Amino acid sequence: MKILVAVKRVIDYNVQIRVKEDNSGVVTDNVKMSTNPPDDNAIEEAVKIKESGKAKEVVAVSVGEEKAQETVRKALAVGADRGILVKVDRVIEPLAVSKILKKIVEKEKPDLVFMGKQAIDDDCNQTGQMLAALLNWPQATFASKIEVKEKSLEVTREVDEGLETIEVNIPAIVTCDLRLNEPRYASLPNIMKAKKKPIEQISTGDLGVDVKSRIEQIKVEEPPKRKAGIKVASVEELVQKLKNEAKVI
Amino acid sequence: MEYDVVIVGGGPSGLTTAIKLKQLNSDLNVCILEKASEIGAHILSGNVFETRALDELFPNWKELNAPIKTKVTKEKFLFLSKTKSLSWPTWLLPSVQQNHKNYIISLANLCRWLAEQAESLGVEIFPGFPASEILYNEDGSVKGVATQDMGVDKDGNKKDSYEPGIELLGKVTVFAEGCRGHLGKQLIKKFELDKGKDPQQYGIGFKEIWEIDDKNHHEGLVIHSAGWPLDNSTYGGSFIYHAENKQIFLGYVIGLDYKNPYLSPFDEFQRFKTHPAIKKMIEGGKRISYGARALIEGGFQSLPKMFMPGALLIGCDAGTLNMPKIKGSHTAMKSGIIAAEAINEHIKNDKDLSNFEEKFKQSWLYDELYKARNVKPSFGWGLILGIIFTGIDQILFRGKLPFTLKHKHADHQTLKSAKEMPKIDYPKPDNILTFDKTSSVYLTGTNHADNQPVHLKLKDPNLPISYTLEEYDEPAQRYCPAGVYEVQRENNINKFVINSQNCIHCKTCDIKEPSQNITWVTPEGGGGPRYGNM
Repeated sequence: MKILVAVKRVIDYNVQIRVKEDNSGVVTDNVKMSTNPPDDNAIEEAVKIKESGKAKEVVAVSVGEEKAQETVRKALAVGADRGILVKVDRVIEPLAVSKILKKIVEKEKPDLVFMGKQAIDDDCNQTGQMLAALLNWPQATFASKIEVKEKSLEVTREVDEGLETIEVNIPAIVTCDLRLNEPRYASLPNIMKAKKKPIEQISTGDLGVDVKSRIEQIKVEEPPKRKAGIKVASVEELVQKLKNEAKVI
Repeated sequence: MEYDVVIVGGGPSGLTTAIKLKQLNSDLNVCILEKASEIGAHILSGNVFETRALDELFPNWKELNAPIKTKVTKEKFLFLSKTKSLSWPTWLLPSVQQNHKNYIISLANLCRWLAEQAESLGVEIFPGFPASEILYNEDGSVKGVATQDMGVDKDGNKKDSYEPGIELLGKVTVFAEGCRGHLGKQLIKKFELDKGKDPQQYGIGFKEIWEIDDKNHHEGLVIHSAGWPLDNSTYGGSFIYHAENKQIFLGYVIGLDYKNPYLSPFDEFQRFKTHPAIKKMIEGGKRISYGARALIEGGFQSLPKMFMPGALLIGCDAGTLNMPKIKGSHTAMKSGIIAAEAINEHIKNDKDLSNFEEKFKQSWLYDELYKARNVKPSFGWGLILGIIFTGIDQILFRGKLPFTLKHKHADHQTLKSAKEMPKIDYPKPDNILTFDKTSSVYLTGTNHADNQPVHLKLKDPNLPISYTLEEYDEPAQRYCPAGVYEVQRENNINKFVINSQNCIHCKTCDIKEPSQNITWVTPEGGGGPRYGNM
C-alpha cells in the first residue's frame, strides 16, 4: 500500500498574526513558518501505518512557493520516503490545490491520501473534500482514530455530537484531527538522512491545471478590539445588564 | 556524529565562524546547533551596525543582497529630565558614539541572511537543537556537546514522542551562545577562564518595534538618551532608531548593577515612553513587537580567556561587546573570524589553540576593547561624573589613559536590603503607550512544549520565600521581563511560582539573583520566543 500525504507551509501557530497596512493580507515577511499542525498528524499516522507493515511507501507532497521545500523536508525527516513539491508563486485556492493533488494522485496512484482536516492560515477545510469529489473516492474527515483493514479503513471521526465510526473502502481520502496521534520529533540523524531523500519539483504548468482565483478578496482586517470589562456590584445588577444591555437572557 | 568543528549558537559570532572556516577550507565539516526554532528567532539587538567585520567576511555583501539598507542619516543625543529634553551637540560626542557611517538593521534578519550564506557554503545548521551538556575527553579537554533529550515530561518520564539527545563531537567546539550562555558559564568555571579578571558586568536590554505615523518618521535617524526615568546612580539609557517601513526600534538598557530591589527594569522602560519627547513620536503608532535580552557590559577588564583545550569561547559568550560604542555585533563577528583562522591553523598544523590569543591581541578588536575599557566603570561614580570622565577619556585621550578602572562587584552583589531602599510606585499601563508584561510576552510568540521539566532550576527551592522575599522583597518578580516569577499568597502562606513557559531566554535571573540561586538551563528545543525582525 502507498500513502500520499499533503502538507502545507503556514505561519507558525505561536506567531501573533499581523494584518498588512494596506489590508491586502497578513504579514509573512520574516515570520516564522512551519508545517500546518494537523498535517503533522497526517504524516505521523502514515508513518505509523508504514512502520506496522501495512504500507510500503509514504510520499509527502506540498503545493506552495520554493520555501515549502522545508515543509516537505520536515515530513521526510519524520519518516516519509520521498517528496514532491508543486511550485506556485502565489497563494491559490483549495479548489486549485485539489485539482493539483488529483493530478499527483493520477501520477502516483496511492491507495490512501492523508492530510490535515484544515490549514490554520485560511481555515478553509475544503481541500480533502474537494479532492474526494474530483476523484470520486470515499472520504473520512476529522479522523481521530484510523484502523487499516484488508480493503477498507475503519475511521473514528470527531463530530459535534461525539464520536462517529465509519468504514470506507480503499482508495480513500482521510483528513486528520489533532487528537489522532502525537507527532514525533525529527531527530538530528533523521534530519541528516532527510537531506539525501529525493524531492521532485513540478510546476503547475507541467500539470496543466488552471489555478485561477475564483474568489475576489476585498480586504483583510483585524477583528475589533475587545472592550474593557466592568465590575458589577451584585448578582441583581449582572442579571439586569445581561437582560437590558447585552440582551442575552 | 563527528565533525571537524561543532559550533554552539547561530548568532553573529557562531555564523561568522562557520562561514570563515568554509572560506578558508571548504573541506572542513562544520555544524551549528541553535536552540531557537529557526535562526534569528532568539536574536534581539538595537541595532546600529558597523560593517567593519562584515566587510572582511563578505566584501561584496551589497551584491549578495544583505539586509543592510538604512544608512544612518542624522543623530541626536538627549538628556531627559522628567518633562524636558536637552539635545547634546553630536560634535561633542566621542567619536566611538558617532554613527554616520553605520546602518540601522535588524540583527535577526542579518543572522537569517548569514545562515543562508553559511548553508550555501555547506555548513550544516540545526535549529531547534539546544546543546545541553559539554562532553570531555579523559585528559579533560572538550570533546563536543550533547543535545537535549526531547519528549520528557515534567517529572522526568519519557513520553511516547521521546527522542534521546545525541553526541556531537568536534576536533574543536566553539561556544557562541551569546551573553551568559549556560555552557559558557560552566567552561569559565571549570577552566578558570576568568582568573585575574574583574567580575563580568551585565545589562538588561528591552526592545519594542513600533509602526508610527509618517509625519513622525525619519528613516535613518538615530537617537540615544540618558537621564529620566533613571536616577543619577543607575546606569542606563534609551535608543530610538528610525528603520525602514515606517518602523522604529525603541529600546532601553539598564545596568544590572542597580541597587534598589524595588526597581523594575520593565516598568522603567514603559515609563520612559511617556516622556513628552518620546510620546509625541510614537503617539498614534502601534507596537508590533516586544522582547528583552541580557547583554555584556564588562568589556576588556572582564573578558575571560577565550581558548581552552579543545574549545573556544567567542562573541558575548565571552563578552566582546563594546559598551561606549553600544555595539556588539561587529566585535562578535570579528571574534568569529579570528576563531576560524585559529581553528584552521590548529587543524592543519596541529597547533595549540593558544594561537587564538595571539591573533586576538594583534587585531583591531583588541585595540577597540582596550580603548573602551574605562567608560563603563566610570559610571560607578554616577551619570554626571561618568559623562565628564568619559569626555576626558574618550575625546582628549582617545582611551589611552595610562590606568584601568576596575569593576568591583558582580551584579548579583549590588542589591541593598529592601528595608533600606525606597519603594517605587510605577504608573499603571494605559495600553496605548505603556503595557503590562502579559500582553508584551504575547507579542514575542513565546511557547514551550507543555508538560516539560522546568528549565529554571533553583539550587534551594525554599530560599525565595525563606530569605529573598524578606531581605529583597523577591526582586525576581520585577527584574524578569516576562513575568516568569511570582510570589502568590494563599491562606497566609507565600508561594514562589515559576511560569517557565513564559521565559524569553534573556538570562537576567541567572545573573541578578542575589544568592545565585537560579540557574537557567536549556528547555526542549524550539522553545522560547519567535522574534521576527528583532
